[in-house]
Amino acid sequence: MRLVVDLNKCQGYAQCAFLAPDVFTMHGEESLVYNPRVGPEQREQVARAVAACPVGAIAVEGLREASDAG
Amino acid sequence: MTQAPLLRRITDYANRADPYPLYEELRRTPVLQEEEGGPYAVSSYYDILGLLHDPRISSDAAHLTAPDDDELSEPEATGLPPSFLRLDPPEHDRLRRIANRSFGPPHRPHRIDSLRGELARIVTGLIDGFGDARQIDVVDQFAHPFPVTVICRLLGVPREDEPRFRGWVDLIVAALDPETRQSGDPQFLRTAQEARMQLGMYLAELVEQRAREPRDDMLSDLVADHGPDGAMSTMEVLSTAVLLLIAGHETTVNLIANGMLTLLRHPEFLHRLREDPALSVRIVEELLRYEPPVQLLPQRTCVADIELRGITIPKGSRIWLVLAAGNRDPERFRDPDRFDPDREDLGHLGFGSGIHICFGAPLARLEAQLALTELVRRLDNPRLVEDPPPYRQNAVLRGPRHLRIAVDAVRPSEAVRF
Amino acid sequence: MPDEEYHEWLRREGRIVIVGASLAGLRAAEALRAGGFAGSLTLIGDEPHEPYDRPPLSKAVLLGKASPEHTELPRLRRTDATWRLGVAATGLDMTAKRVRLADGEEVPYDRLLIATGVRARPWPKEDEAQLDGVFVLRTRDDAVRLHRRLAASPRRVFVIGAGFTGSEIASACRARGLAVTVAERADGPLVGALGGVIGAVAADLHRDNGVDLRTGVTVTGLEGDATGRVRAAHLSDGSVVDTDVVVVSLGAIRNTDWLKGSGLGAGPRGIACDAGCRAFDFRGIVTDDVFVAGDVARCPHPLFGYQFLSLEHWGNAVAQAEVAAHNMISAGADRRPHLWMPAFWSSQFGVNIKSVGVPAMGEEIMITQGSLAERRFVGVYGHQGRVIAAVSFDNSRWLDFYQQQIERGAPFPVEYRTVDRRPEGRAPMPAGFPDPSLPTHGPTVTLSGYSPADRQLVFTPARH
Repeated sequence: MRLVVDLNKCQGYAQCAFLAPDVFTMHGEESLVYNPRVGPEQREQVARAVAACPVGAIAVEGLREASDAG
Repeated sequence: MTQAPLLRRITDYANRADPYPLYEELRRTPVLQEEEGGPYAVSSYYDILGLLHDPRISSDAAHLTAPDDDELSEPEATGLPPSFLRLDPPEHDRLRRIANRSFGPPHRPHRIDSLRGELARIVTGLIDGFGDARQIDVVDQFAHPFPVTVICRLLGVPREDEPRFRGWVDLIVAALDPETRQSGDPQFLRTAQEARMQLGMYLAELVEQRAREPRDDMLSDLVADHGPDGAMSTMEVLSTAVLLLIAGHETTVNLIANGMLTLLRHPEFLHRLREDPALSVRIVEELLRYEPPVQLLPQRTCVADIELRGITIPKGSRIWLVLAAGNRDPERFRDPDRFDPDREDLGHLGFGSGIHICFGAPLARLEAQLALTELVRRLDNPRLVEDPPPYRQNAVLRGPRHLRIAVDAVRPSEAVRF
Repeated sequence: MPDEEYHEWLRREGRIVIVGASLAGLRAAEALRAGGFAGSLTLIGDEPHEPYDRPPLSKAVLLGKASPEHTELPRLRRTDATWRLGVAATGLDMTAKRVRLADGEEVPYDRLLIATGVRARPWPKEDEAQLDGVFVLRTRDDAVRLHRRLAASPRRVFVIGAGFTGSEIASACRARGLAVTVAERADGPLVGALGGVIGAVAADLHRDNGVDLRTGVTVTGLEGDATGRVRAAHLSDGSVVDTDVVVVSLGAIRNTDWLKGSGLGAGPRGIACDAGCRAFDFRGIVTDDVFVAGDVARCPHPLFGYQFLSLEHWGNAVAQAEVAAHNMISAGADRRPHLWMPAFWSSQFGVNIKSVGVPAMGEEIMITQGSLAERRFVGVYGHQGRVIAAVSFDNSRWLDFYQQQIERGAPFPVEYRTVDRRPEGRAPMPAGFPDPSLPTHGPTVTLSGYSPADRQLVFTPARH
């Protein structure tokens, strides 16, 4: 899966870093550092992170197709 | 016939089961002060969102022109300092940062994620406990004990102590209810303040114990961990612990109970969730919009005059941010009164926003996702015994007091993947 | 053909060519399809890679949390496009409506979108720039090379220029435990973008994190050894810094060379366009079939005196691409203006720096919340009695409020009370932007004058 975070929208609520800690990490209190390429084993966590983002900043390719397939 | 003021009707227990028509009426006057000296109620989505990010808004009761003499957080009155919920930066930020060191990233990034297995075990155990019953109270037998067990485990409070702290918690929570406040029994409010003190003293014993023998729990971390901000004072640890213990379950109970009630009223989604557990993520987000467990934030104050929709809210006024009304604002959400987990326009106010956004939101989300998934998976043909169910008194923390359902059977547990 | 009818035909079977296959190009392609464009779509990109995201290259990638080869942008919609990757556009014939490619081919269009972005400004002395160990960081290939070299544990990394990218590189190097020297012409990092008051905070941030920060100096030369590897940098104060990696971070150059002689209003400062993203020709007359989006565009903004702004901002690229795409396939009355509020972020030394508005227009700054010393604050910039911009260090949740203040032209100084206002924040102070005629190393907003035909290189922001 590929993902991108709109860091203009991001306000450092860290919901993604709680829910998918192997993909999204906080660097300090408010800076988000993330891996834009993640494996399918992270699908459920990434889906939780996307939905939980209070500002809707996370865009993912391959999330829904994958969940439809499996 | 003259009607009672709208805000009083909203807090009136008689309207607890369905306050949404009242919120719709409220949105017609999006900035409403009904009574001299009363709060300004703000009810449209964008106004609320704006005020949650407005540095002229304070959470500190000290800024009220006419302070309530019943403020729970008043240090002299209770002996416990206010929790970060009732503070502004920089104190709010400092205490929340320290608390977060024992809870989440960057310091403890895996603490919540690593609880998933344990959450699943607790849920399985509670549902197993329904046994052969054909009638279940979802609140008493599930929605209440689940988050209580989780927050006790996370903080390091013995689960079996609930009978000791339950009475205090109930009193503290009741005092948050505007109707109870309006009834104006000074004795009651004093009792609530004493309850907060007693809960603090109970936690002080545990904190002292953890200071001597740390364990893998948040109380141990709160007393032991000295990050870049230094340590909290003992009193700060206690007010933080009181806050986390209460906020850590009172709202989640409602989220789960409101969730099961909503699914039973919208069986299409109940069936879909049974087939596709991944849908729980969207269902919980939509629940936070459609039936938010915290309906309004009654404790904000402005520290400067604020112009909103042509109305000047004078400095020192109390402001109610009616989250549940904003969540159904047609300016923001298409077809807002429809429960629709498929909607693309997420962005509810269920957890608030800005610096005071719900501290425990990630945990509440996981708890509710798992709880609803497992309930619908294991309950055979669940149906409401009464609709609406009886509600709790509280207008702020709104949810069913009981949620009695009938089932054909409780299915055996399978390995829960979560 | 009447306007409406022509656009109907265009949407159905027109040919749209996008030059530039990065963020703006990709998002424009997706927006065209989302907007109902069913004709043929061609994307031309000089890099051989499919569209990838650049911000992670100086952050997650250098920190080792992402692979430089895997920052491809998610595709949010099917584009059904013909991709011409690894071949640069070399010319434009506006009369014949054709784009010339480096391989000699010509691609005809009915509508053209130029989103060629910027490239890293190289070290000006070519022989020194050729030394092994001298890098820039803009592309994926740059990141692969730099990442590999940092992984080999160099003795010291020398960064020229303390703008955002330079500071982020220094931050990542320190996080990896590498010794770092940063040389900056101004008095502090980020001064060109945020002014001297904030630059002083950034300087402390560098030094507290162990960066050997040299300000008020220029680099006079890079020295190589006998094998052609860089071994030292010479500074204008006479000092010499031994180093085996040099990262040149001197800002960006707009990719407009290929438009030379095309008749388009394109120059070193970008391509001028109207608020609807239509490019101007060199006479200042707006075209109707050539559109511009992203870092290469310079576009008038009503909130900032209709001055032409060049924005090297991720969010601007996305927003402008969407507006350009919409307008390319819409008749006059349905077109939309690009009114994006400038906003950017930078993550360095564990601090989240965000800004809205145009700080460089600010004459004064006021710290309305928090404290500079604690490095957690909101600073508000004022221009002619109005709020014109705001910057936050680890305080981004308040910025929405200040954005609204900018949009409303709210008065400056900020007289009303705010939570967490400290004594230091009661009065404005000079924002401390350097003489605008001196080049700086990384403002991401450039005020580039009022004339669409203005092609000069001299940096002369309007200060009234």
